[in-house]
Amino acid sequence: MSLLERPRESTPAPRGGRKRAVLLGRAPQDTPAGFWTYLFLAVSALFAAFPLYWMFVISTSTDEATSQLPPVVLPGDQFLVNLDEVFSLQDVYFAASLVNSVIVSGVVTASVLFFCSLAGFAFAKLRFRGSKPLMLFVILTLTVPNQLGVVALYIVMGKLGWNGTLLAVIVPGLVTAFGVFYMRQFIVNTVPDELVESARVDGATTMRIYWNIVLPAVRPALAVLGLLTFVATWNDFQWPLITLNGTDYPTSMVAISDLASGNYVIYRRVLAGAFVATLPLLVVLIIGGRRIVRGIMEGAVKS
Amino acid sequence: MSTTRAAPEPATRRPRPASGRSLTWRDRLHRFDARYMPYLMIAPFFLLFFVFGLFPMIFNGVVALRHWRLDEPDLTGWAGFENFSRLFTDSDFGNALYNTFGIFLLSTVPQLLLALIIASMLNRRLRAQTWWRVSALLPYITPITASTLVFNVFFSRDFGMANWGLGLFGIGTENPIDWRADKLHSWIAIATMVNWKWIGYNALLYLAAMQSIPRDVYEASALDGAGPWRQLWRITVPMIRPVVIFTVVLSTIGGLQLFTEPMLFDLNAQTARGGAGGEWQTVAQLIYKVGWKDLNLGYAAAMSWALFLIILVVAALNTLLTNRISGGRK
Repeated sequence: MSLLERPRESTPAPRGGRKRAVLLGRAPQDTPAGFWTYLFLAVSALFAAFPLYWMFVISTSTDEATSQLPPVVLPGDQFLVNLDEVFSLQDVYFAASLVNSVIVSGVVTASVLFFCSLAGFAFAKLRFRGSKPLMLFVILTLTVPNQLGVVALYIVMGKLGWNGTLLAVIVPGLVTAFGVFYMRQFIVNTVPDELVESARVDGATTMRIYWNIVLPAVRPALAVLGLLTFVATWNDFQWPLITLNGTDYPTSMVAISDLASGNYVIYRRVLAGAFVATLPLLVVLIIGGRRIVRGIMEGAVKS
Repeated sequence: MSTTRAAPEPATRRPRPASGRSLTWRDRLHRFDARYMPYLMIAPFFLLFFVFGLFPMIFNGVVALRHWRLDEPDLTGWAGFENFSRLFTDSDFGNALYNTFGIFLLSTVPQLLLALIIASMLNRRLRAQTWWRVSALLPYITPITASTLVFNVFFSRDFGMANWGLGLFGIGTENPIDWRADKLHSWIAIATMVNWKWIGYNALLYLAAMQSIPRDVYEASALDGAGPWRQLWRITVPMIRPVVIFTVVLSTIGGLQLFTEPMLFDLNAQTARGGAGGEWQTVAQLIYKVGWKDLNLGYAAAMSWALFLIILVVAALNTLLTNRISGGRK
């Protein structure tokens, strides 16, 4: 994108009654937001927060909350009762599913951080034959819709004997193309070549440089990648459903869908479960919201 | 950035032992380190990608050409193009395709337009700027399973908030809308969920691009008499075109693979029917049903390939179309 690409039509003839245009000679980011902007944004924020809030309201209420009008708007006091019901359901394994989700998301996140920063470092700062085409290959794999291979993946997992175990959902996610790409971009820009080189002259091995120089320098990027990976892994539904459904090892997303199946669904119970399974992510957003925002926005400009 | 890469000496130029002398352990280590370490470092990605990414994709093609049923392991052998030709006469597949495109249209267009408007508002000088941005991500981090179940209550026929809200405006007070009874209403309900999830995320992508537009472009246009709305369409959108195209491609790939929302919108979620008459069954859902409820993996694999090709074509078409609309004439 450059200034030269700017479209020719952007110079319409000045029209009458547009005197205030002179006042708008500022770029949007220098124009203070007016009342209507705040109102619109506030409505949007309410719209964004509403389902979460209402999830909480219903999970703290009795059955009547979902069978009365006008709807209830304030939380009730039944949260622990509903929660107790969810946790004591026999075939859902809700408590175990939370543990499973923590294991899966935790292992995947840790592994993605390690392997992606390692590969990203190699692609960014080390010279080896084929590094450019190999990096191109990584970028190309980003565009492949992963659902295409789900049937065959199931067969592969079957041969390995991993279907129905956590390995089936952990192993394919241990290192991602997006992570490698993201770390490479960051390392190229933030780790000075001189630093890597002087460490080499001092006799440091590649792994030592990675550990002592690269890792400390890329902490902000690791935080963003870690948060994004954790959220994505925790929320993953389709593949866990395929491989884990009906087993004793569901992830929390599979367990929730199990709660919502059957001929009569009790929503205060379902949503109590859903709320508990959403809590870790709310914590993630509260802790790392700014970083995630920055990470997504940086990624957008580079792409 | 590649210019800075010329600076360091190639890693292979380690001090070498004088010829004739045997290599010390340390020299060997360094030689190994310089030559092979980079490959070891990138190996995990390639290994995993080949085993769990590339191989399944290719193998999927093989499965699609064979008889492969989970309930009849003995039934093997080549099916030829039987699984593929069946697609053309399968009314379930046609119906699922129709639903997928219907929901896709109802979700993508409003989603990206609203994201654009919200982004242009976030692009103003705001108080509590970070707070507004983080709140835009609330839906993005919420599990789709959880939010869909809330929307189920929202869209319930008798006591749903959607009908109650419409009733305040006098709509459907006599006959409340049954959101699961027909295609259009179920599509709207599901599209609402998709929009809710992705508007904020796309808005942040647009916002990032908007902030890299040079300020003087706006100054010039304002002197020419362009108001904010005109500026948005005549300057901002054409200048962030690459990101707009990126989001269109992303939402095409995501939208045509829609799975979780239609799955859980069903009151009996795990049947994967998408409504009593398949009113909102999407292709991804049908693949799941054919593969793991009807246990016909061969046919499900063929369907995946068909979906993949459709996604490719539609993504390419949408890229062209977006390029046109957002101001790229050539």
